[in-house]
Order: sequence, then structure tokens, then C-alpha cells
Amino acid sequence: MGLTPASSVSRVAYDPPAQEGWVTTRLEFLVNWGRANSLWPMPFGTACCAIEFMATAASRFDLARFGMERMSFSPRQADVLICAGRVPFKLAPVIRRIYEQMPQPKWVISMGACASSGGMFDNYAVVQGIDTIIPVDVYVPGCPPRPEALIYGIMMLQDKVRQQRSLSNDTQYDELTIDPTSHLYIPASRIDELSEPFGNSVHQTRSAP
Amino acid sequence: MTVVLPGAALPSSTPDPVTPRGLPNRGGEVNPSVEALRAQFGAAVKRHEVTWGETGVWVDPTRIREIVLWLRDEPTQQYDYLVDITAVEHRDAEAPLEMVWHLRSLPYRRFLRIKSALDPAATLEVASIEPVYKSANWLEREVFDMFGITFTGHSDLRRILMWEGYAEGFPLRKDFPLRGRFSRSEQLSQALSANPDARYSMEELSVADAFHELPADMRERLLREQGHG
Amino acid sequence: MATTTRTVEVELATQTIGADGALRRMPLTADQHGVVMPMDLAPGTEPDMGSERMLINIGPQHPATHGVLRLVLELDGETVIRCVPHIGYLHCGFEKIGEYRQYNQIIPWTDREDYLNSMGNNVAYALGAERLFGIEITPRCTVLRVIAMELSRIISHLVWLGTTAIDMGAFTPFLWTFQERETVYNLWESWVGARLTTSATRIGGMAADLPAGWIDGLKGFLRSLPKTLDETDRMLTKNGIWVGRTIGLGVMTASEAINYGLSGPMLRASGVAYDVRKDFPYLDYDTYDFDIAVGTKGDVYDRYLVRMEEMRQSVRIIEQALERLPDGPINVDDPRVILPPKIKATSEMESMIHHFKLVMEGPRPPVGECYVATESPKGEKGYYLVSDGTSKPVRWRIRPPAFVNLSAISKMAEGHLLSDVIAINASIDIVMGEIDR
Repeated sequence: MGLTPASSVSRVAYDPPAQEGWVTTRLEFLVNWGRANSLWPMPFGTACCAIEFMATAASRFDLARFGMERMSFSPRQADVLICAGRVPFKLAPVIRRIYEQMPQPKWVISMGACASSGGMFDNYAVVQGIDTIIPVDVYVPGCPPRPEALIYGIMMLQDKVRQQRSLSNDTQYDELTIDPTSHLYIPASRIDELSEPFGNSVHQTRSAP
Repeated sequence: MTVVLPGAALPSSTPDPVTPRGLPNRGGEVNPSVEALRAQFGAAVKRHEVTWGETGVWVDPTRIREIVLWLRDEPTQQYDYLVDITAVEHRDAEAPLEMVWHLRSLPYRRFLRIKSALDPAATLEVASIEPVYKSANWLEREVFDMFGITFTGHSDLRRILMWEGYAEGFPLRKDFPLRGRFSRSEQLSQALSANPDARYSMEELSVADAFHELPADMRERLLREQGHG
Repeated sequence: MATTTRTVEVELATQTIGADGALRRMPLTADQHGVVMPMDLAPGTEPDMGSERMLINIGPQHPATHGVLRLVLELDGETVIRCVPHIGYLHCGFEKIGEYRQYNQIIPWTDREDYLNSMGNNVAYALGAERLFGIEITPRCTVLRVIAMELSRIISHLVWLGTTAIDMGAFTPFLWTFQERETVYNLWESWVGARLTTSATRIGGMAADLPAGWIDGLKGFLRSLPKTLDETDRMLTKNGIWVGRTIGLGVMTASEAINYGLSGPMLRASGVAYDVRKDFPYLDYDTYDFDIAVGTKGDVYDRYLVRMEEMRQSVRIIEQALERLPDGPINVDDPRVILPPKIKATSEMESMIHHFKLVMEGPRPPVGECYVATESPKGEKGYYLVSDGTSKPVRWRIRPPAFVNLSAISKMAEGHLLSDVIAINASIDIVMGEIDR
């Protein structure tokens, strides 16, 4: 009836609408709809953005309409890690660990300028963007972002979740481990040299240090 | 029930305090404690200056603990409240590194700034005033963390804001660059390898009697870090 | 048929007379079928039932630590023997970066350290910097800053109230207090353009003057806030659970509180009537008629009562300030620090150069140093600025009240139960941004 097992599909000629059946696509839609409308956030709130996150969860902006009022402070039960606030280097292993403790499927929203890129804290103490530590799905800029902005970011994430191929064998959440022998590998010190004129390096010169 | 009222040691005819206005840059009324300090400690009190209405007095760093103890316990001084401990390093390489203590006397409603000059080229060491004021505990740990000044006699001098194995140095020194000494990727890899599980001090681990159960490399690192403080 | 009930006492151990004639409790265990029987012990050994101590770790990621605080507790059963706080998980190098920024550029940084009291911090820093420059602000600016500081105090206490209630299990006051904060957010957004991180002051004045209708909005807030406070009061103050969870906890006597350097509501709840607004006044606080709340026992319940009363006193101060708000310029007329009006800067050469110099180089104060303390909702907040005559300070020191207050948690938590530690931590009203800077 049109249901083709995945093993017989040739990877080169992968044509989802032709290969998948109606039941599978409907099931996938249902799973994605369920996931998108009940994302349980894990609020990794550190600073001012955490206060705006709390305001978003409060009565005026109300995250409960998105199914997100159940804050999961245990990463084991969370879907989306919302990193709200600046992350100093001392906190970096903590957020890494918490991300690793979350079960699949998981997403990450980087809320605020400091979580996205280090923000105004371009100094010795702050991680210049949590995407150097964990993979990020949605970046919400602002200092702090208004609750409406955070909700916009959450809705973007919901769109992303709805479009995922949740039932296929390809999981999109496998993190690649770095292979130093690969011809694509660039050592960290070389990356520092290359990016020197563009920031991030400690050797950059600017008129306002 | 007794309420402790600030200004209790002042005569009852003293007017209530008002918002200060028109303070001069230099000069003005000197805090009477300076005179009393000179009378008590003589040469240990080097000089004083009144800036914007606040009196700052420079003292000999080796005698800071007895000076502060006297200021707290002497009935005519009663500096019972430690406001802050910090250090200032000036941009000029010739200038000394100044240790600053801010004291308040609640009964007399006075504010005093005590400063000590340390030679930045020599070992930075000064006596801890933790036995006098308990609030000095964390304040001195922070000055140690940020400037590298050792406080002798402190009960638990280790880093407080940076993690205990932080290898880049002392951040608030002027020779420490704003973005740190290492490259960003190096800072990140050092931070990620600082396992948060292992972030217990020796004191806590000895309590749990678990030191001997730790893996060898962790034991080694903790013993090594004891040296860094 | 009459049913009779019989109370069965279940003992966790049986009592026997030991070899030395003393009464001993014999521990019980259960076999694989759940049958209870005495635990077999080697002769001569003492059953060690409760003496194993646990070392547990709360945080740094935890809902009830109010930020990234890590508490390591040594527990004997559920009693805390020792509590060691670890901080620094939000250390972002504020004081270092202050040495690389002009005096006006530091103002956005003051928002982010104690982010619940951003206007209060802006004003406190501006007072410190203006003293360093030797500038006297205009009367209108003085009164507006009082309004800003007191509003800031109210909303900081509202967050404290909401989060403390939620830590102890009362969820609804959180929603009420955050709804009140939204009104103030609207006011601030219309005044300076930001809800939370306001950057409202500048050296010598404010970022902007009040828009039309702002005062009516503020008066509306002043009418609605006491009602919310009364509602929360009715819900919590005489509530058996609330009182049971807060009374007698974390007691600090007056002399201990002074020696530990506590300030703000923590100190006043212990019976020391020290308020920077009364004892070392600034912004003409000596001319306002308000009371300070002082507690009797220094426990968590007293701190709650002190903060509730402080909010009501802040309303009183704002009402007086509104009555005396004068018209006039908001910025001082001093070309060393104040930018020329935009329309002149874009049309007159002189003003353009003036604007350029002030923005690129920044205003330069005379050589000197000063420490100005203000009463923030957490306690004595002061900025110690040292200048060497250039446009960037040599040292920008933030005297953090929550840092010094938190250092006393080891003393306060010892001997209490695990759930009390959460209540005590909540009563300190910590903001990790200020503690770690």
C-alpha cells in the first residue's frame, strides 16, 4: 500500500513524498505537533534574561498558552534548554553537563545577547556564545529580549520541531566527535590565528580595548 | 527589645545628618579618628587626606590588624562595621599597590578609609583582619583572587570568583589583559576540563572522609591546587 | 457491630539492655519477605544508625538558589551540620571592564550587575561619579532620582516576595507580584525605553525627561500596589504554613549582624536601625518623612515583615516626591559632562566638536577618589571610584551588599533542616549578578 521499508530505499534517490505512506506522514505530523505544543523548557537562567523569562512565564505574556508553563528544572524531563543569561567560564562545564543529561529529542534556545555571543562581556571571564559549548537551535537577540521576542523565538523553534523528520532513522541530534586525523580538521591554535582580525582572539587591537 | 540605633554615642544635641553639598575636592573637615590614631600609633600612621568629604589615612601595612582592632574596641572610636576591603593598582608602574579598608562607626556615624601601600614588585602580603570582622572573610578572598595579595592569618584563603585551578593569573592586575592571557579556545578547553564534580575544597572532602576514595589524578590535582590556594 | 480502633505504635528499633547494663536501641531490618527482625551485629559493635554524614550539593543550577549559587551541605540525616557556599558562577569581570570604559559608558554595566534594582544602581553610580566630578545635580533631577530609586526598591522586593513564596510552595503571589512589576515596566519603558536594564542616568542628569502622562501612570500604580500588598499579606502573614516555615530560622543577633557586615533588611530585621538613607543621607532623603522597619528577632519571618513594610514606606516616599517635583532642566548646565542638544550639535560647528570630544574621549574628572553609599533593596550599595584624571577610572569597585550578606549563610543555616536552608537562602535576597560581578 505504498509503505516501503527504509532499508530498501536508495540513499541517492531519496524522495520522501514518493517513498513514505500516508500513515507515516500523519503519524509524524502527530508526533511533531505533540512535541511542538508541549515543549517543556529547562530554564538555565543566570542573569537579567532569567528575569525576563520569568516575566514571560507570568500572567501578562503567559507561556502556558504554548504548553510551556511546566518548567522542568531537572534536565532529565526537559525538551528545550533555554539558556537565559551570560555564561562565564566557570559555569561552562555545568551547562555542558546539563545539556548532556537531557534525553533526545532536545533543542536549545540561546536567549539574549550574552548567551548568543558573549554580549557586552568581551573579557576574560565570559564564554563568547554558548554555541561554542552546546549546539543551539534558535538565537534570540536582545539585552534582555522582550518577552514578545522570546515568544517569537519559541515559535520559530516550534516551526522547526514541526518540520522534523521524527520517524526516520536519521536522528539529527547526533553530535559529531572531532576526528583529528580528518583532512577537514583545523587545530584550535590555527583557528585563533585565522580569526585574529575578526575578533575572538586575545591579540586583537581595537581603538576601545 | 532593644533596638541598636546608629548615632547612639553622639550627644543628643547633635543634629540629624543631612545630604552633603558643596564638598571640595581636597581639604575640609578631618575625621577626628585620625588624630586619635596618631596619638595611639605614632609612626605607623603615615599621612592623611580629605577628598570629597571623606578622610583617608595611610598606615603601615604590618600593623593593620592591631590598628583595626583598636579602632573597633576603643570606646571613643567604635568602628564596629566593616564596609569593604579592596585594592587599587594604579596605571603608573611606579605607584604602589594600595590596599583599602572602608570602616564605619555606627554609634558615631563616621566613615574612615584606611589605606596601605604595597610594593607591586615584592611579595604581596598583608595581615588578615578576619579575626576582627567576620565580613572580612569573603572580602579578603576576593582581593586574593583578583589581585593575588595573600592575607596572613586568614582561615580559608582560596579563590572565590574564579575556579580554584584558574591558571591565567590575577584578573584585576593592570598587566592582565582584558580578554585574558590565553586564547579563547584555550580558555574554553581549560574551563571545560575543570570538572565541576571535583569542585569541593579539601575541607569539605575531609568532612565526608572521601578523599581516599577519589581517583588518583583528582587527589593529585586537589593537593596541587592547595598550593595555589 | 461496633468497630474499635487501636493505635499501633511502630518503633523503628527495639530496646534491649546491653552488656554494660545500659539501655540500647537495637536496629531493625527486614528480610526479603518484608518480615522485620533485629539486625545481626557482631558482638561488641555499636549500631551506627545515624552517624554517617552525607555531603550533598545544591546547585549551581537549581530552581531555588535564586541564581547560580552552589551550596555544599554536610547533613546528618536532615540536619545541616555545615553549609559551604560556592560562588563565582556568574563572575563576568565587571570591575575589570570598568577600567576600560568611560564614565558614562559604565552606566549600562551598572544595570546588569544587580538587575533587579537597575535604576537604583544607575542612580547610585551616577551619584558616585558626580561627586568625583564635583557636580551638583538640578532639583528636578534630585527628586526624579528619588522616585526612580524607590520604584526600583519596590519592584526588587516584589521579585523577592514572588520567588520566596514560590520557594516555599505558594505559587500565586508570584503571579500577583509579577503583574505589578509589569505596570512599572510600562512606566520605565515609556521613560527610558527599556523594561529591565534601564541605563536611566547620565553623569550630571538623566537619559531623558518624563514623557507626558507618566505621572498619572505612576499614580495609578501607587493606587494598585497597596491592594496587591494587602492581598499577599492576607495570604501569607498569618498563614500557618508560612509562619511555621519561617519563624525562628536563620537568626542573627544584632551584634553578629554588625560584625558580619550585613546591611539592608537583613540587618534591620536583627534590630539594628541602620539605613543609609537616614544615617548618611543622599538626594535629600533627610527631608522626606518616612519610617524604617526594624525587626525584633532577626529570623526569616522578620525579614519578610521588614521588606513588606519597606514597600509601603517607599510608596509614601514616592507620593511625597510627586508633590514636590519641580519643573526645570533635568540635566545640569555643565559643558564638561553634558552633551549639547542634538539640534545644535548637527548645525553649529562648536557644538559638533563639543559633542565629538565628549563622546569619543569622555568627560574627565579631577584626580581623586570617592565612595558613595546608597540603600539598595539588598543593603548598603556603594561605588568606590578612583580617578587619575583620564576619562576612564583607575578602579571601579562595587561594594556588593548581597555578597557580604551571603557570607553569613554558613552561620545561619547550621543546625537547621534541609528545607530551612532554602527558606534562609531566600530570605537573604541574593542576586548573583551583584555577588559575582
